[in-house]
Amino acid sequence: MLKKLIQGVKATMGIYEAREDGIYGLLAEFPNPGVLIAAARKVHTSGYRHFDTHSPFPIHGMDRAMGLGQSRIGYITILGSATGLGLATWLQWWTSAVDYPLNISGKPFFAIEPSIPIMFELTVLFSALFAVGGMLALNGLPRPYNPLFYSREFTRASDDGFFLHVAASDSNFDLSATEALLKEAGAKAVEVIHDHGYSELHTT
Amino acid sequence: MRDALRGSSPLMKLIDPLASTKSDQYPFIGTSRSYILPGLAGLVIVAVSIFVGMSEAFLEQFYFSYLIGWTFCLSIALGCLFIVLIKHLVRAEWIVALRRIPEAAAVSFPLLILLFIPILIGIFDTHGPYHHWTAEGIADPDSKYYDEILAGKVAYLNIPFFLTRLALYFLAWTFVSSRLWRLSLLQDVTGDPNISARLRHLSAWGLPLCGITTAFAGFDLLMTLYPHWFSTIFGVYFFSGAFLSAFCFTALTIAGLQRSGMLRGVVTAEHYHDLGKLMFGFVVFWAYIAFSQYMLYWYGGIPEETVWFKYRLQNGWETHSAILLFGHFILPFLILLPRAVKRYSLPLAIMAVWLLMMQWFDLHWQAMPVLHPDQAQFHWLDLSCWIGLVCVFVAGFLWRLSRHAMVCEADPRLDKSLRFENA
Repeated sequence: MLKKLIQGVKATMGIYEAREDGIYGLLAEFPNPGVLIAAARKVHTSGYRHFDTHSPFPIHGMDRAMGLGQSRIGYITILGSATGLGLATWLQWWTSAVDYPLNISGKPFFAIEPSIPIMFELTVLFSALFAVGGMLALNGLPRPYNPLFYSREFTRASDDGFFLHVAASDSNFDLSATEALLKEAGAKAVEVIHDHGYSELHTT
Repeated sequence: MRDALRGSSPLMKLIDPLASTKSDQYPFIGTSRSYILPGLAGLVIVAVSIFVGMSEAFLEQFYFSYLIGWTFCLSIALGCLFIVLIKHLVRAEWIVALRRIPEAAAVSFPLLILLFIPILIGIFDTHGPYHHWTAEGIADPDSKYYDEILAGKVAYLNIPFFLTRLALYFLAWTFVSSRLWRLSLLQDVTGDPNISARLRHLSAWGLPLCGITTAFAGFDLLMTLYPHWFSTIFGVYFFSGAFLSAFCFTALTIAGLQRSGMLRGVVTAEHYHDLGKLMFGFVVFWAYIAFSQYMLYWYGGIPEETVWFKYRLQNGWETHSAILLFGHFILPFLILLPRAVKRYSLPLAIMAVWLLMMQWFDLHWQAMPVLHPDQAQFHWLDLSCWIGLVCVFVAGFLWRLSRHAMVCEADPRLDKSLRFENA
């Protein structure tokens, strides 16, 4: 039960389990970003959820094509804002009014006016830290090991390759049916990725 | 090329310097009622306000109320001028589809100069809003009105120099805005893509010129109401309110025009989103500037600096200050934070109305404690002057808009703006 829950959470971060027989999924290469977008839309509407796309540069509209929906990063960020605001208020009140009160030209030990700059700064700082940290967490990064790295072709994802990867952990995954779907969507090559160090190339 | 645009008749120049250019693709499809009705209503309200206000009992109140209402309209026109100038200077693409709106609002200066006449009379009136420093004998040690502090400022605060400065501001704003308007319409008519570069050249010197004149207009029109006090950031404060109001005005106008069937399919949720982001950003900017002004004086604690805030923190004005803090910053900050609010015209238009009301409230808060230091209050003249002037301003703006294409149809970046998407 718990294991299933953890797997589900990891899947939302793009970290998928390999199948019992070691098959991690299918990696399809597409000739250009336009075809990749269309393929992502097709894969999503066919009911697949455990899939991801890889391209050398961001593609506008890809999030909608993949059906990713609204990012939850905003909620994480506002949590950081509240933390920063609270921490800054507490820090200034405790240091200047409780722990070491100093009379500075008759000003109150703690007042809201001079505290606002620090409250503002820490709010921004914690928002930024939570936003970056949350982004990494939601994306499952950093991720030094990924079975996709076994594919020789996949190195071109940072140069001129446009890839779509469907994970074997998806409940709809079927080796031949999924491969047929990807080829129908315009894939110029589909590879089966194994999680123990080798891949086989099926070129059309 | 020069013949492509004709000037309008002398009287009409007050509202639109150029003769009508018709557009087939993006015409104004509203009826003439849409600007004649508010125009007439505004003129009647302003006339009644002036007529009643000029009586002995209401004179002082009238000058202040009128000044606040007029400055409100001025701040929208100035903010719109800045939107256009900055757009050209940074070659912004997203805003091209809706640029005609702030462009048309920025050509309001001749009309605003006409509406300035009551304030001009007020400058020479002993009951006028500026009587604190225009009074006779203020720099004369033998006079009973002698004021040592104001005597030291007399080189800057004297009526001839004051009027010269105002004339310079009006001249600069009118020249830059009508030049932007003329070039932009010339591009509509001739389709010449090189006009974009000329607009950029104009903006390169127009922006600093308008920046400096706006800051000093803030000092002159509002800060000199209480001439003992000074704040070097006051000009930026005036600008921040003006710029915020201009985005609100633009978003509100577009929402209204789309309701009437115009600009549909041109201005999309993506453009609203960016307008909303800028509204949010300048809500924060306004608060940042307002607080910067307040905090330094709080820290210094020097009576001549804190006195301005003292008046605004007693006798009921402290309620106004609190409303300003919550209504102009905290509430709009929290409401404009979620993405959805910015992407739909209805919530964005509601926030625009709210923030425009807050801009007026802010101006009221800056000016009115000078007249009523003992008791915070609203006067019916505050409302009638404000609403009347806004009606006249909006009528002039809509009428101007109705005479030309609603979209800068020949701008080479229009295509990209129409297809604009937030990443």
